[in-house]
Amino acid sequence: MIWDWSFTLEILPVLAQAAVVSVEATLISFVLAATLGLVLAVVRIAVPRTGWTISVLVELIRSTPLLIQIFFIYFVFPKFGLVLDAFTAGVLAIGIHYAAYCSEVYRAGFDNIHRGQWEASIALNLSAWTTFRDIIIPQAIPPIVPALGNYLVALFKETPLLSAIAVMELMQTAKIIGSDTFRYTEPITLVGLFFLAMSLVSAALIRALERLLNRRTVR
Amino acid sequence: MGIGTLVAMLAAALAVIGVLATQQAYSLFLPGLLQGAVLTIEIAILGSLLAIVMGVLAALVRLYGPAPLRWLATVYVEIFRGTSALVQLFWLFFVLPQFGVTLDAFLVAVVALGLNVGAYGSEVVRGAILSVARGQWEACTALNMSRAQMLRRVILPQAFVAMIPPWGNLFIELLKSTSLVSLITLSDLAFKAQQMNQNTFKTIPIFTLVLLMYLVMSLVLTIGMRLLERRASAGLARGKAA
Repeated sequence: MIWDWSFTLEILPVLAQAAVVSVEATLISFVLAATLGLVLAVVRIAVPRTGWTISVLVELIRSTPLLIQIFFIYFVFPKFGLVLDAFTAGVLAIGIHYAAYCSEVYRAGFDNIHRGQWEASIALNLSAWTTFRDIIIPQAIPPIVPALGNYLVALFKETPLLSAIAVMELMQTAKIIGSDTFRYTEPITLVGLFFLAMSLVSAALIRALERLLNRRTVR
Repeated sequence: MGIGTLVAMLAAALAVIGVLATQQAYSLFLPGLLQGAVLTIEIAILGSLLAIVMGVLAALVRLYGPAPLRWLATVYVEIFRGTSALVQLFWLFFVLPQFGVTLDAFLVAVVALGLNVGAYGSEVVRGAILSVARGQWEACTALNMSRAQMLRRVILPQAFVAMIPPWGNLFIELLKSTSLVSLITLSDLAFKAQQMNQNTFKTIPIFTLVLLMYLVMSLVLTIGMRLLERRASAGLARGKAA
């Protein structure tokens, strides 16, 4: 028989547990990506003469594969005395990789703020910190939430890469079930279906969010 | 980022590789890594060709095909965009043989990556076709052109220019995704790196070289697409005046 339902029911709880690890990795690395990306985008504007350096840094991160970056952090960092466990190394690598993408999204958000807002802030003698916190960021973030949401989904779909450094997330668990039982059909198909379901749901959520934000921000 | 900066980065990356190649600790690994890079490039090129074919096909079917084919194309796009590339690779490699279809690893790599990127590409093609100004479509109707004539002579040549930058991004994504094929036993650049790392523990030189080599490949691709865009948009009144 090609598809075994009783085997499916047997492995479902194991995969569900692994899915929790995948979701955890997604959320932690996305928080890292969103924060670090915002810092990069703000530094680029607020600190003079950092633009070029940050552009090159972002380009370097985006031009090399995430898998190699994961290996780099996991294998090379210990040589400099920084030993990280697989989960931390993986989450850190994904977070930094997507921070590069997110920083470009924030930058687009900042670029869309009307110049008058900056000039008014200077005229009112607001400090750079206050300008960003109270004037620029509250206006710049809502329009880019959908774009950030898309990167959250993309990031989620990258978490199977963590299986390459043996983090016990979904893909790794499915592979282990496969090699233990010689049945790959059910575990790998289930993993695929799980990702498909999550992606479709989050795509619908992002669309709803987009509509909500479009209604609120009248231009 | 301007094309000048990209060329400067490429030159710098090549120079660093050149300097490192004079060091015994680094040059030791170069032949093996270059061998891996050749496989990486092969998979990237064949995968990109498949992606273009699938992207154009799926987009045209979704826009103009009969209903059942249209649904099929939508299902294809949703499945390949909704699951991750690694899952697709593993599915074709481990699960498909259980249905009696055994493809060798190289073919799995090309098919999985091509179909994956093709699904994203179909949205690019669809968007580009729909972005051609309405007046162009109306003029074609007014001139009594058939749909095939309209697409071939008027719409696609204009849509092509709009497609180049997003396709460039997709090719970069595909190039980076080729590193995943190391996980289905193909000895590409990433695989060679892992293998040498396990044998020698010379982690720093190996991974530094590998990162630089991927960087060089990505930059060459980015610069190439920029030049293509510049050439294709010559004579079209679009974008900022040069």
